[in-house]
Amino acid sequence: MDLAATILLNGLTLAALYFIVASGFSLIFGLMRVVNMAHGSLYLIAGYVGYAVFEPLYDQDLWWAWYAGLGAGIAAAAVSGALMQKLLLGWMQGQELRQALVTIGVSIIAADQLLAFYGGTPRQFFAPDAIFGSTQVPLVGGYPTFRLVQIGIAVVVGVGLWLLLNRTKLGMMIRAGVDDREMLGACGVNVPLVGVAVFALGAALCGIGGIVGSTAQPLAMGQDGRFLLISLVVVIVGGMGSVTGTAVGAVLVGLAEQLGQALFPTYSVILTFVIMVAVLALRPQGILGRA
Amino acid sequence: MRDRLLLLSLLGLGLMAAAPFLLQAMLPANQAQFWTANVLGRAAVFGIIAMSLTFLATYGGFISLAQMMIAGVAGYAVAVFVEGAVPRIVGGLGYGLAIPLGVLAATVMGLIVGAVSVRTRDIYLLMITLALSMGVFRFVETNIAWFNGYEGIRNVVGPELFGLGFRDPWLFYYVALGTAVLLLAGVLYLVRSPFGLVLQGIRDNPRRVAALGYNVALHRIAAFGVAGFIAGCGGVLATIYNIGISPGTIGLGATVNVLIMSVIGGLGHPVGAFLGSLIFTIFDTFAANLYDRDRFNTLIGAVFLIIVLVSPDGVIGIGARLRRLLGGSKP
Repeated sequence: MDLAATILLNGLTLAALYFIVASGFSLIFGLMRVVNMAHGSLYLIAGYVGYAVFEPLYDQDLWWAWYAGLGAGIAAAAVSGALMQKLLLGWMQGQELRQALVTIGVSIIAADQLLAFYGGTPRQFFAPDAIFGSTQVPLVGGYPTFRLVQIGIAVVVGVGLWLLLNRTKLGMMIRAGVDDREMLGACGVNVPLVGVAVFALGAALCGIGGIVGSTAQPLAMGQDGRFLLISLVVVIVGGMGSVTGTAVGAVLVGLAEQLGQALFPTYSVILTFVIMVAVLALRPQGILGRA
Repeated sequence: MRDRLLLLSLLGLGLMAAAPFLLQAMLPANQAQFWTANVLGRAAVFGIIAMSLTFLATYGGFISLAQMMIAGVAGYAVAVFVEGAVPRIVGGLGYGLAIPLGVLAATVMGLIVGAVSVRTRDIYLLMITLALSMGVFRFVETNIAWFNGYEGIRNVVGPELFGLGFRDPWLFYYVALGTAVLLLAGVLYLVRSPFGLVLQGIRDNPRRVAALGYNVALHRIAAFGVAGFIAGCGGVLATIYNIGISPGTIGLGATVNVLIMSVIGGLGHPVGAFLGSLIFTIFDTFAANLYDRDRFNTLIGAVFLIIVLVSPDGVIGIGARLRRLLGGSKP
């Protein structure tokens, strides 16, 4: 019973991280129809830039070092995302496959330049004292506080995103753009600007994931591929461009991964992909995707 | 246009067949050997894998990122079953049996990938094939019992032919070139057959093809099976070239490299795959002299990006098909 509870909690905390990262991917795809293959690179950019800000502050024992790193990481990712849309992707709107290829090119260069700049040494953030240490959880016992905070952050991100999309003017424009870009432009909305904003927002979400993820586990080269893959699987399973769908997908994938690792460690990857294949066979648009 | 291309291809073929002799006449012995095996031979091998992608893209409109993984399945099947591989997983088979088994395994994997992705198109297909190949990669990387995990399987040296080791530069080069030419000719023949015509019909308008009474799903899966067979042949050769196989050879980097080769060469004609792989291999070999020893990825990434941005047709410049493929396709 204790083991089951631990696995469940592990799965949920992992799902929280996956949701934060994949929600950005899903948001960009939903409005822009861009499969951002450089999404994992944004994760790395946020992590490395955030760490460069975090480290000197942490050495001086400043309590806000982690928050400064978080802010810097989010900003770096958001700016990178906006630049990518502004400079490379914006003028080939509608050519989805070409855009995907462009982002692949960007991801190759980004990963290589990050390696050149920051080297291959893994890094890891130290969470601020307030959310460090362990907390007693019923059935499970002591559990890292930060991983529980991770769930909180994911909930805040999810609710925030939902409010933004459903309760604000920007959200209204985004939702209108999903259905009919041309009509939205005809209504006097600057659609390209909305596009840049969406890209920045999606990248910023990935940036939050980058800092949170690099606090819970080490940041290293190769994480870009991992988080790109996870974003792909989560949105394929949950459904493209839907916040709730992304959450469902993240929970399924996170739980499957932890369950698999507990029950049959060397075959655990298969479970994730069995879920993906089953969803594709029965509902190609994803569990909560629109047909 | 098509005739000129054919003439060019024949010219290229003659040049490739004579290359080892020309190189030997022009360069010192050790350099000639290096060029024959490690540039031209390698380009032919990876060109075969890239061609399996180009075949799907050109005639079906499917950009599959699973082809390197499928090639890896063939390589792993050979490595697992062949006698003499280290560590011995199953062993016991000679190369005469292990190689057909490897190609068969790749063909089956190709059919599976085709079946899983049968209801998706364009970027969805791209995402799903990438997810599948990364899944297989993670699986072989973590599985010790069957694939020896991160280490991979070594000492897959290939059979002896005509009293020579398979890795003799000339022998390897001619086997690779011969395989490439046979597969290329096979593809060019296949696309003129009724099957190939239906495939191209599916690329242009699947609903109309379905309305004519063809089973679109079955044709798509079969096309992926053919591509799997091609990738399998390349995968077996690549495994022998590398004297073994490890998860790194089917990772994200390798998967993207195959895509880069295809796109650089051009997705308009299967021969583009070989041009692309030759350009890629030359860059890969001599990047150290061009930019920075360790920054090969930036260089090749930039070349790839420039080609996608400026001329999505790749170097062979037959752009119409690709433009139709890349342009304005809504799912």
